[in-house]
Amino acid sequence: MDKLVLYLTFPFVRYALIVGILIALCSSLLGVTLVLKRFSFIGDGLSHVAFGAMAIAAVLQLTNEMVIVLPVTVISAVLLLRTGQNAKIKGDAAIAMISVGALAFGYLIMNVFSTSSNLSGDVCSTLFGSTSILTLTPGEVWLCTALSVAVMLIFILFYNKIFAVTFDEDFARATGTKADSYNLMIAVVIAVIIVLAMNLVGSLLISALVIFPALSAMRIFNTFRAVTVCSAILSVICALGGIIISILAGTPVGSTIVAVDVAAFVICYITGIAVKGAGR
Amino acid sequence: MAYITVRDLSLGYDSQVIVSGLNFQVDKGDYLCIVGENGSGKTTLMKTLLHLKQPLGGQIQNGEGLRPNEIGYLPQQTDVQKDFPASVREIVLSGCQNRCGLRPFYSKEEKTLAAKNMERMKINELSGRCYRELSGGQQQRVLLARALCATRKVLLLDEPVAGLDPVVTTQMYELITELNKEGITIIMISHDIAAAVKYVSHILHIGDTLFFGTTAEYLESDAGRMFFALQKGGEYCNG
Ligand SMILES: Nc1ncnc2c1ncn2[C@@H]1O[C@H](COP(=O)(O)OP(=O)(O)OP(=O)(O)O)[C@@H](O)[C@H]1O
Ligand SMILES: [Mg+2]
Repeated sequence: MDKLVLYLTFPFVRYALIVGILIALCSSLLGVTLVLKRFSFIGDGLSHVAFGAMAIAAVLQLTNEMVIVLPVTVISAVLLLRTGQNAKIKGDAAIAMISVGALAFGYLIMNVFSTSSNLSGDVCSTLFGSTSILTLTPGEVWLCTALSVAVMLIFILFYNKIFAVTFDEDFARATGTKADSYNLMIAVVIAVIIVLAMNLVGSLLISALVIFPALSAMRIFNTFRAVTVCSAILSVICALGGIIISILAGTPVGSTIVAVDVAAFVICYITGIAVKGAGR
Repeated sequence: MAYITVRDLSLGYDSQVIVSGLNFQVDKGDYLCIVGENGSGKTTLMKTLLHLKQPLGGQIQNGEGLRPNEIGYLPQQTDVQKDFPASVREIVLSGCQNRCGLRPFYSKEEKTLAAKNMERMKINELSGRCYRELSGGQQQRVLLARALCATRKVLLLDEPVAGLDPVVTTQMYELITELNKEGITIIMISHDIAAAVKYVSHILHIGDTLFFGTTAEYLESDAGRMFFALQKGGEYCNG
C-alpha cells in the first residue's frame, strides 16, 4: 500500500492511470457493436495495420508516431469496411491479406532499417504493449485525452443511431436512416480506439481489451443500455486493477490488464449462470 | 404521379431472374396485397421496393415527395443475432429513429408514440423484457410496433400475421385497415388470401402468371380464381 502511495507521487504513474482509464472506457463502448456486427474481424485487421504503420514511424524515427499511425489506420478502416460490404468472401480474404501483409511488412522494415540495438524488444513491445504507457509525455497524454473525449462524445451523441444500425441494419436503411454513413463513422471510431489502445496493450491484445468487457456484460445483462454501462464500468475497473498490479508486481502492463479482463469474464460467466439459475 | 411506380421490373439474385416484366403502381391511400406461392419472389420484391436490393432491370420511381424516412417496414425475418441484448422498449423506440434526423435523443412525443404502439400490440407488459427471450409471436408484435413507429406515409409488411394467434390476427387486420383509413398507404405480403380480399383495395399476384388490379378484378381474373379456389379448396367442395 505504501508502495502504491509512493508511486502515485510520480507524475508518470498518474499519467498512466489517467490514460489507461480513458482508453479502457473508450474501447469498451463500441465492444458490443463490434461483437454483434461481426466487425471484430475489422478490429483485428486494423490492429495489424496499425502495427505496420508503427514500424514505419519507428524507422522514420518520428517522435510522435500518432502522426502516421492514426491516418493510416483510419483510411484502412474505411477501405476494409468498403470491401467487407461489397463482396463477402472477397472481403474476408482482403482483410486477411491486408492484416497479415501489414504485419510481415512492418516486421521486415523494422528489421532492415532499424538502427536500434534491441530489435526484438522493440517488436515485442509494439505487439504486446510495452512500458510505453509509463513513459508518456504530457503531449501524448493530452492527445490521448482529447481523442478519448471525442470518442465518448460521439458515442453518446450517436448512441441511439448506433443501436438502430447495430440491431437491424436493413430496417434502419429501409426506413431512411443513413446506415452507410453511420457504419463509416463506427469504423473510423474503431480505428481511433485501436490506435489509442495500442499504447496501452499493444496491437495483438487490442481485440481482448475491446471485446472482453462487452462479452462479460452480456452474460449478466439483457438490455443494450445496461450492457453498455456495465462493460464501461468493468473495463475501467479491470484497467485500473491491471495497471496497479503491474506497477506493484512489475508485470507487463498490457497482458496484466487483459488477464484481469479474462478473470472478470470468468466471474461474470459464473454469475450469469447463477442469476439465471436462481431466476427459474 | 403515384407514390411508387414500377416499370418493367426484373427481380432476382446475381443475374438469376425470378420475376420479370413487373408493372404496377401504388397511389396514396391504397391498400395493396401481394400474393403468390412460396419462393415466388414476394420478399425479394419488397426488398427491392425498399432499395435494399438492386433490381436486375426496369425502374422504381418514388413520387409525391415520398421520402425513405416516412416508410415503415416489417421484415419477414430479421437477421437479428441470437445474443443481441436489447429490451422490447429499446427496439420499439428505434423505429422512431427516422424521425430524429441528426438529433441525438428521442423526444417526448416519440417516447409517447412508442408507448402507444406497444399498447396497440399488447406488449406493454413486456417492455422491459429481453427480445431474444420472447416467443415467436411476441417477437413479431415487437417488430410490428417498431414498424408502426417508423410509418408516416407508407407501411410495408412482409407477412404481418405469420405466427400470431387468431385473436391477435383479427385485431391486426383491423388495426391495419384503421391505419389505412387514417391515410397510411399499406403494402402487405400475405398468404391469407381469404382475409386479404375482405380488406384490401388492390392485389398483385406474382408467380407463373402476373396480375395487378383491384380486388374485384382479381376475383374475376383467371389467376385469382385459380389461386383462390386452391387456397379455399375445402370450403368450395363443401359449398
Ligand atoms: N439471398 C438470396 N440469394 C439467392 N437467392 C435467393 C436469396 N433469397 C431468396 N432467394 C431465392 O429467390 C426466390 C424468391 O424468394 P423470396 O424470399 O422472395 O420468396 P417469397 O415469395 O417471399 O416466399 P415466401 O412465401 O416463402 O416468403 C426463391 O427461389 C429463393 O430461393
Ligand atoms: Mg417471403
